[in-house]
Amino acid sequence: MELTLSIAIGVLFGSGVWLVLRPRSFQVLTGLLLMSYGVNLFIFSTGQLWVDQPPLILQPGDPDPADYADPLPQALVLTAIVIGFATTALYLVLMIGSRGITGSDHVDGKEHDQ
Amino acid sequence: MSLSWIEHLVIAPILLPLLCGALLLAINETRHNLKFCLNAAALLAQLAVYLSGNWAAPFGIALVADRLSALMLVLTAVLASCALIYGMMRWTRVGVHFHSLFQFLLMGLNGAFLTHDLFNLFVFFEVMLAASYGLLLHGYNLTRIRAGMQFIAVNLVAALMFLIGLALVYAAAGTLNMADLAVRLPALEAGDLDLFRLGAGVLAIAFLIKSAMWPLGFWLPTTYGAASPPVAAMLVLMTKVGVYVILRLWLLLFSDDANPLRGFGASVLWWGGMVTIAFGGFGMLASNSQGQLAAYGAILSSGTLLAIIGLADPNLIGAALFYLVSSTLGMAGFMLLIELIERSHNPLQAMLAVTRQAFEYEEVPEQPVGVGIPAGMAFLGLCFAGCSLIIAGLPPLSGFVAKFSLFHQLLSGPMAGTGVAFMAAVLLAGMAATIALMRFGVRTFWASGTISARLHVSEGASVLVLLALGLALTVQAGAVFGYLERSSADLQRPELYIQRVLGEPVVPPPAGGD
Repeated sequence: MELTLSIAIGVLFGSGVWLVLRPRSFQVLTGLLLMSYGVNLFIFSTGQLWVDQPPLILQPGDPDPADYADPLPQALVLTAIVIGFATTALYLVLMIGSRGITGSDHVDGKEHDQ
Repeated sequence: MSLSWIEHLVIAPILLPLLCGALLLAINETRHNLKFCLNAAALLAQLAVYLSGNWAAPFGIALVADRLSALMLVLTAVLASCALIYGMMRWTRVGVHFHSLFQFLLMGLNGAFLTHDLFNLFVFFEVMLAASYGLLLHGYNLTRIRAGMQFIAVNLVAALMFLIGLALVYAAAGTLNMADLAVRLPALEAGDLDLFRLGAGVLAIAFLIKSAMWPLGFWLPTTYGAASPPVAAMLVLMTKVGVYVILRLWLLLFSDDANPLRGFGASVLWWGGMVTIAFGGFGMLASNSQGQLAAYGAILSSGTLLAIIGLADPNLIGAALFYLVSSTLGMAGFMLLIELIERSHNPLQAMLAVTRQAFEYEEVPEQPVGVGIPAGMAFLGLCFAGCSLIIAGLPPLSGFVAKFSLFHQLLSGPMAGTGVAFMAAVLLAGMAATIALMRFGVRTFWASGTISARLHVSEGASVLVLLALGLALTVQAGAVFGYLERSSADLQRPELYIQRVLGEPVVPPPAGGD
């Protein structure tokens, strides 16, 4: 499970970095999305991986922490997803605006002559 | 947990802009004056709260206002007021929702200065950045869209770095509360310590992108050049947020003697700061537009601050804070000023003036001999000279006092090679700044003929207020230094800070995954 997760994070982040370095804004956007997925998985994994264990302590008494998953990374991931989603959406809007005004979707360059 | 009302005040700087911004959203865009009044009232209220509060008390586990935070909050409120008054006549009207975004930006800034938890810091950073994206694009045009896309992409990547760093720190230490982190750090095992080091490094990259250290600061000149002047003045402050966070975290976590990570990364900060100083100096010499000149000036001042932190000399912190305040005021004033200068030299407007002279007025009054420069130009020129003195650090204004006290501290202690190199770099950079600003001034005010500038009182006044503050800093340098020395003494003793925060009834953090 650890291996699968680490490979997944690595592939997501690696592809994200490659795409972010590409010249066109749509590729940059996709790259940012992939990177943020990778990062979210990474945050999730910092509380160790647990299978079939609830994050919250609901029963009365003095429960054993080992029976429960760490809830904090899950809360962090939730916030990170929301914020990442909002900022990416903003970038998308800007990208469309830029495409509409310049007629080119280069991040920082000019279109080749057709 | 019962707190007296004065302790609750600490959340006001965050709630006030939030509520005000939300309220402003609902008001129709055409009612500029009403919106402006509300915005200004909120700002003034914030200023009053900051000045009267002077809290040393903690608020829960999340917000702490100590002397350093209070200083930064006052600086924010002052700058914001000036930027707002400046933008009143013109800039707030070229697009929608300026006032709301402005308030949200303030909320993010205030929150980042007050917060005491790394994740909270992330959230406030994002609030601040989201508002700044909107403000940067304010007055939508091609340059701004281009600059905005780069700015947003860079900052999204920086936010991801921030998250990775957070995750690593949490994995290593099991907490994200700054004070708790400082307590747990010495007790970490070797494996966790490596993890923590990695996390701190990644976090530092995120903050250094914000504070534009050399290899990470290429986004800055484009962005500053493109932003509208009131926004650019606020951006100057946003660069300083990165420096503030580094200063606070570094002193809290890595300055303790018993600490296994004592002095972690100081050499990186020092080298990075030195290269940034050089980059900023050369950039100032090479830039041929006003916006670029100001942007490289901001890089220069942020590099100086980073190098000071990298010197890891506790005596320097007070002087560094003075430098931070004075350079922020000077840069912000310059940002506002260059647009006025540019406007008075705008060829289109100059042409219009000529046409008006040719067609509407038959008799053009002769310019009286001896009083060649119109009052507007004289005002601009004097303000420009004042800003230049502050930025380049020449006497008699506050930039000089800041540099002088830095050198005084360096020279009175035992001399180290790094200190000498730092002084040399600062002197050379000051010279570069002087040359660049002088060249710009001569070209603008002497060599271009006299074109009368059309200024509105509000625009001139806000620049003047910033300069007057620079002057006040110089005159009252003793009192200001007293305050700054006290805040730096607070920073030197992280155990006090920790005690204050952890002494409160805190919800214990959950056991980490390690």
